[in-house]
Amino acid sequence: MSLSLDEVRKVARLARLELPEDDLVRMQAQLSAILDYVAQLGELDTRDVEPLAHPLPVQNVFRPDEPTPSLPVEAALRNAPKRVGDYFAVPAVFDSDEPVSP
Amino acid sequence: MSLIEKTATELLALQSSGRVTAGEIAEAFLAACRDREPKLRSFTSLDEAAVREQAAAIDAKRKAGKPLGRLAGIPVAVKDVLCTKGVRTTCSSKILANFVPPYDAHVVERLRAEDAVLFGKTNMDEFAMGSSTENSAFQVTRNPWAPDRIPGGSSGGSAACVAGCQAPLSLGTDTGGSIRQPAALCGIVGLKPTYGRVSRYGLIAFASSLDQVGPFAHDVTDCALLLEAIAGHDRRDSTCVDQPVPEYRQSLNDPVEGLRIGVPREFFDKGLDAEVEAAVRAALKEYQKLGATLVDVSLPHSKYALAAYYIVAPAEASSNLARFDGMHYGHRTAAKADLIATYAKSRGEGFGPEVRRRIMIGTYVLSSGYKDAFYVKALKVRRLVKKDFDDVLANCDVIMGPTTPTPAFTIGEKADDPLAMYLSDVYTVSCNLAGIPGLSIPCGFTKGGLPIGLQLLGKPFDEEKLLRIARMYEAVTDWHTRRPRL
Repeated sequence: MSLSLDEVRKVARLARLELPEDDLVRMQAQLSAILDYVAQLGELDTRDVEPLAHPLPVQNVFRPDEPTPSLPVEAALRNAPKRVGDYFAVPAVFDSDEPVSP
Repeated sequence: MSLIEKTATELLALQSSGRVTAGEIAEAFLAACRDREPKLRSFTSLDEAAVREQAAAIDAKRKAGKPLGRLAGIPVAVKDVLCTKGVRTTCSSKILANFVPPYDAHVVERLRAEDAVLFGKTNMDEFAMGSSTENSAFQVTRNPWAPDRIPGGSSGGSAACVAGCQAPLSLGTDTGGSIRQPAALCGIVGLKPTYGRVSRYGLIAFASSLDQVGPFAHDVTDCALLLEAIAGHDRRDSTCVDQPVPEYRQSLNDPVEGLRIGVPREFFDKGLDAEVEAAVRAALKEYQKLGATLVDVSLPHSKYALAAYYIVAPAEASSNLARFDGMHYGHRTAAKADLIATYAKSRGEGFGPEVRRRIMIGTYVLSSGYKDAFYVKALKVRRLVKKDFDDVLANCDVIMGPTTPTPAFTIGEKADDPLAMYLSDVYTVSCNLAGIPGLSIPCGFTKGGLPIGLQLLGKPFDEEKLLRIARMYEAVTDWHTRRPRL
């Protein structure tokens, strides 16, 4: 199964991964080879098989809802690439000139 | 035998009899690191002052007659994927090159509670993705038995530092073989515990339904010792099961009566190196001499396990690694860009080639229109793989085979061929898909002097029996006593 360069670009966009053009081309060949390999699963008839997402039969793990101290603000901010006061500074989410739609 | 070549158990005895102090042990291993690290490159960081400080504190505690933990004064190296409070934790990635965690992983807390000396962070394939440790953004770790060869991966630094006598014990993580494969290639013992046996709190996640933390050691006794220290319930990891932790060392020398060993045909198929096969067959003969019965069994879906793994693991990775967006911690691009472009540039700059590849595969197999054909299909195959193990282990105490298809390969040999690299995990990934425990122990060397590993797979939470079975073989062989000349 071979992926087109446009498909590789689309996946990179979905993954929020900016890649140089020559990387995309290399990726196209490598991803196609890997997808070819995993396509062998198609040989198996799995119509009546339930998917297994998790190896343990553990469900609904509960614990008492008790307040505990959380990370101090300074500790949480220590690794921030950029901070303003007690906040993480990030690029604007919305264009500041345009009204925020509800 | 010099101090650095001893096992942790021996070092504990030397301390309690007063012949050696934790400070002297620490100095011996620090000296070994100064000498060997330029050759092996096992560590991403090692703070000598912090090591000395911890060792001195333990000696003071001993002198004051205070009770000591089970790892008192023993240096333990920790894979750089486990968070250490105030100590840089990089995942061998540029994106976390300056990340200093504000808290300890659960297993690191356990090591501190048992009075271990935290002895540096070890090199790995970036985000634990790889089988050779060549995917580290920082350095290539060498196999102590053959410095032109890889130590295996992804926990290559943790394996190399124990095999190379830079530390007597270390912690690694295993998502598809990342403890067992490097243990085999470096000639030491490595255990992937049952999924849920050890808390992953503070482990930087790769594939959450597969990841486990586990020990590296020179021998089975030391492996049992370190497992005792790290296993057990922790409510901060909801997949960590609340089951009592046995004192694994107590029963270690009790042989398993009427031992039945399942030997899967599929583990001796084409692609298996002749010398590896011969060593594994010889080990099985040794078990027969000890009274075990070899049972010819089949794991019919094991040939599909690798393909299922290379869908499930990247899918989970693409989701887990979405958190590295350059906003709260980690690398943020210097380029001026809007929010989405800042994410994409930061990630493109911060992740290395293999991590990008896995994120891309994972994103693709989860994307609209492909999820059923790839991801859901792989989860169905995962159930079939698990059922194979359930069926065989209903009848056998253990499954045995080679840990790896070949001995350690040379550096660079598979670096440009991702699929060839993936195939070195062919015998180890099914264990993670099934969630069962897996152990690799040394079972010989090639004519060229490269270590070979025997893999033992058991029922969930059956680590005690698995270690006893391993000890039966170890007690009549001496592979575990060999140390490389460095």
